[in-house]
Amino acid sequence: MAAHRCGLSLVCILIFSSLAHPSSCDTLEKANDNTAEKRSISEVNTDGSVAGEALNERQWQSTDAEVDRSDSTTHSEALTPAAARDEFQEELVIRPLHSGDIYASFQFRTLWDTDFLQEGQKVSHYRLFPKSLGQVLSKFSVRELHISFTQGFWRTMQWGQPFIPSPPGAELWVWFHDTVSDVDGNWKELTNVLSGIFCASLNFIDLTNTVQPSASFKPLGLGNATDHRFLRYATLPREIVCTENLTPWKKLLPCGSKAGLAVLMKSEKLFHSSFHSQAVHIRPICQDEQCSSKAWELRQTLNVVFDLHTSGQGKKEWSLFKMFSRTLTEACPLASSSKVYVDITDNPEGELFELSPATPLLGQAVVLGDRRTYSVYDLSRAETFGQLRSFNLLLRWKGDSGDMLRPLLHAERYVAGFGLQTGEIHTVIYNNHPYRAFPVLLMDSVPWYLQLYIHTLTVTSKSRDNKPSYIHYQPAKDRHRPHLLEMLIQLPPHSMTEVTVQFERALLKWTEYTPDPNHGFYVGSSVVSALVPSMVAMRTNFTQDQPLFSSFVPVKEESSYFVRVYTEPLLVNLPTPDFSMPYNVICLTCTVVAVGYGSFYNLLTRTFQVDEPSPPLSKRLANLIRRMRGVPLLT
Amino acid sequence: MAALQLEKQRGRYAALAIAAVVIVVGIPLWWKTTETYRAWLPFSEISELDSLQLQLSVDIEVVFSRGTLTPEQQKKFPLSHVNEKEHQLHHKTEFSCGSVVVYVIPESSTLLPEDVKVYVGQRRTALLRSPPFKTSWNLKEVLSNLDVEVEQVVSTMSFGHQDIVAALSNRVRMTKVTKESMADSMRAIKSSPGYEITFSLLNPDPKSHSLHWDIEGAVQSYIQPLLNKLAPIANFSVDSQILYYAVLGVNPRFDNSVSAYTLSADSLSHVINPVEARLGSNAASSNPVLNFLLYVPDAHHSPLFIRDHSKRKVPSNAFHSPRWGGIMVYNVNEMYGPEAERPVDININMAKVMGVFLAQLRLMLGVQHTHPPTGFVLQSPGSAGLADWELDRLLWSRSVENIATASTTITSLAQLLDQIGNIVINDNIAQQVSSAVTSLQSAVAELEAGNLAFALQYSREAILASERAFFDPSLLHLLYFPDDQKFAIYIPLFLPMCVPIVLSLLKIVSEAKKRRADKQAKSD
Repeated sequence: MAAHRCGLSLVCILIFSSLAHPSSCDTLEKANDNTAEKRSISEVNTDGSVAGEALNERQWQSTDAEVDRSDSTTHSEALTPAAARDEFQEELVIRPLHSGDIYASFQFRTLWDTDFLQEGQKVSHYRLFPKSLGQVLSKFSVRELHISFTQGFWRTMQWGQPFIPSPPGAELWVWFHDTVSDVDGNWKELTNVLSGIFCASLNFIDLTNTVQPSASFKPLGLGNATDHRFLRYATLPREIVCTENLTPWKKLLPCGSKAGLAVLMKSEKLFHSSFHSQAVHIRPICQDEQCSSKAWELRQTLNVVFDLHTSGQGKKEWSLFKMFSRTLTEACPLASSSKVYVDITDNPEGELFELSPATPLLGQAVVLGDRRTYSVYDLSRAETFGQLRSFNLLLRWKGDSGDMLRPLLHAERYVAGFGLQTGEIHTVIYNNHPYRAFPVLLMDSVPWYLQLYIHTLTVTSKSRDNKPSYIHYQPAKDRHRPHLLEMLIQLPPHSMTEVTVQFERALLKWTEYTPDPNHGFYVGSSVVSALVPSMVAMRTNFTQDQPLFSSFVPVKEESSYFVRVYTEPLLVNLPTPDFSMPYNVICLTCTVVAVGYGSFYNLLTRTFQVDEPSPPLSKRLANLIRRMRGVPLLT
Repeated sequence: MAALQLEKQRGRYAALAIAAVVIVVGIPLWWKTTETYRAWLPFSEISELDSLQLQLSVDIEVVFSRGTLTPEQQKKFPLSHVNEKEHQLHHKTEFSCGSVVVYVIPESSTLLPEDVKVYVGQRRTALLRSPPFKTSWNLKEVLSNLDVEVEQVVSTMSFGHQDIVAALSNRVRMTKVTKESMADSMRAIKSSPGYEITFSLLNPDPKSHSLHWDIEGAVQSYIQPLLNKLAPIANFSVDSQILYYAVLGVNPRFDNSVSAYTLSADSLSHVINPVEARLGSNAASSNPVLNFLLYVPDAHHSPLFIRDHSKRKVPSNAFHSPRWGGIMVYNVNEMYGPEAERPVDININMAKVMGVFLAQLRLMLGVQHTHPPTGFVLQSPGSAGLADWELDRLLWSRSVENIATASTTITSLAQLLDQIGNIVINDNIAQQVSSAVTSLQSAVAELEAGNLAFALQYSREAILASERAFFDPSLLHLLYFPDDQKFAIYIPLFLPMCVPIVLSLLKIVSEAKKRRADKQAKSD
């Protein structure tokens, strides 16, 4: 009962927080609206009459007619419509997880074959590509941009690998073009502009939390840039993601949230989930196989994990309507392809769950080293929507789901130690592959106020010292830059590798503390990047649906796949002073100084004179009595 | 007794010495360590700017064509001044910007139609039919006879009193402004070093209309010539976007009489707000944005017409909002039949659209309507959409406006800095302020000398420097350090230290007084 009540109140808090958070942006927008309203009203008042303007315009049209005639001859070929050079695709992948949760992943992809960085020619005419991002790309000479906002932590051990991993909070990494001379200046301005676009506190990214990883973040698009001077990476683990970040993200889609898959994105449902992550990835890619020309790819992804097991009163059953409280009625008319995929790999014969409506279309893809089978629903075909003109996917579990294969790579992290002076960061990386060893790149970015003792760095696996083959360490500078530690570690098969390093907590200046310093300070997730041997290659005896000749030597492109795993962010307590202390100290010091000064002053300025000792008390008493009696006094 | 006196004297000296140390060393030390850095500002020159006297002058060249003057009149002025050349009206030599050339032609000339007195050319030239001269007049008299006409020409081609007053209207309260020039000046966007011009195509119904517009070509052929012409005024950047599912904020009403949807003039003010949320501001610059929207109504609300206050259909089907931009409604329902396959591919006629947008752009940029006096004929501005003298008019009013803006900014900044002693004035701010002041002074001087191009350039520099100084974040650093907190910190130290010093000083003074009184009494 008590637990129930707890849960309820938690829900309430969640709702309240989601109500309270967007206010900052909403009020702004409202204020803007107000001014706009005033302005447009004043227009009508000040303008006099629309008729007058219309007259002017008419006046003008007559003169323009001449212009038209003279120009139409020269520009006649330009006036024919240009071929659509951009393309938009949308898809939704739904994967029932073994824990009973549902993983829904939206991907929206806009391709545009233009070059933002071309010399002399300014790109300024936008169709499907959002103008605000395009302007940012060309102004700051960005080669590649990856930004993600995540609420909640991806539980790799329960859920497996996500399609696109992201750390809790906000993450931003950008490759600048190598013609940029002032990378830090561009980075600073870029973060400020992005923080305006996404309504997030990215403006808190500065030199103290920006690093330049030497190996962990390679460009994902075209171009083999290796000079990491043009790379900037920063995370804000504290960033809270909510509706005010979702709304601008949705605005970047050509169809907005009016049509297509994006109608499902209702914020009260999306944020009532165990995990929410939205991202924007921009990179240059090849336009065709020969790679004769470049195209820009904008990929907007949104990943959600719904905990339908607990909210569905124990019934294991879900539908689009239950998850998003909407159903699909049409594809985005601008999309060249619009599809919904459901992962049915674990359910080849339909014994585990039942999917309705059924689809004859099946698709296979190798995702993260595993061959998966998908039911495909094509929204661009009318028959998908049936007679009700609405598409509501329903999945009903029949039996209990089987065991999930443990993910091959997994990492976690924690702080050890006691007291407020020193501590130890433990990073534990698991290789669950039964017989293959593989190397991983570990990247750690630790803020300067945790002073790492790099000589205490130890890497042990299977209780033996494991010497990293590559270490890149950049020590922190107080208030200027964080620590950056990158290591290439070989993970033995079926092992646990522990990386520990000790640190000392620094004392901050009193203005450097956050408004709630007793909450603690966040340290961003460490990043483990690796080429992991593929599951497909692992199943050497898996020959049921494959001919024998195909399975002896593992196929090269499927033999390993790239994975990035983020650990938990750390929450570290720093020694926190009593903030009324400065005034107390001032008062105390002043009092001490004043007392010392007062006695010194007295000593210097007082006049000293020899005083005759006064008669003792007994004598004075005796004299008093004698005076009363009239007897001569004693001397 | 003498020893006691000596001791007292020593105590007195000690107290005086301590007081002297406190005053000579302590107070300057405290003052020095707690003072805020305030660089020197040219306050006196700034206060001069406050009451700025502008004097504008225009170079006017008056050329008498053959046959206008009698040989006697020509003889009467020195040979060096005779400037008789064959001029074509449309000759190619560039006159410097801001100047005006007036050609005087004989009264009987057939170059101009009968009732036309003055013909204003595309460039900075005008033809003036000379009034009848008496042959006995000397040149001075001839010129003074021409004065009225030349003045009219100049007020058409460069500036009149009203234009300048309108340009200043935002800074200076003036009563003598006609309603029309006021409306003109309020419609025009404020002077700024750069503008962003954004064309947006709103397609609320992508399911039935697939719209194509060749905005690149249209901008090249219609907008760019005008912007090239306006390049001395500001930097312009043009971009465009297509917004889908963007709707107007008002539901249009169906009008049975014309079987069309209509938007009345009253509801236009509500149209923009919901659209504006989608437009997005320019992320990469902070210049003011001029929006031009082309709205293609969806298939169920077509055709859509705008009606003015007198319920008539607006022929251009467009309207504009001052200092914001314009909206044009473009109906496409007649371009396809009811059984056409959706979505229908539609090519937008950019010539029609750009004609309207160009007219609106001119209004927004403040190319003001000239109301020439009777008998004036203006040549059409040609393919650039802007005659040279129209540009000059704009330049004149812009430079005056820039000067007014910059001087208000600088004077209010100086006032603010003067009033609040807590503000730190760094060297870079002082430098910006003084450079703004010097540019302002040179802009005023150039205006006086009639060098319009230089005046505009200096006034832009002044505005940039003054804004940079005004919005510098370092001005805010110590602004919120209130005095009561300072006293709370100082009192525990200063009170116990100062009280004994003051008391002993008082005592010394009173003792000295008493001694003097004693001495007086003794001598008496």
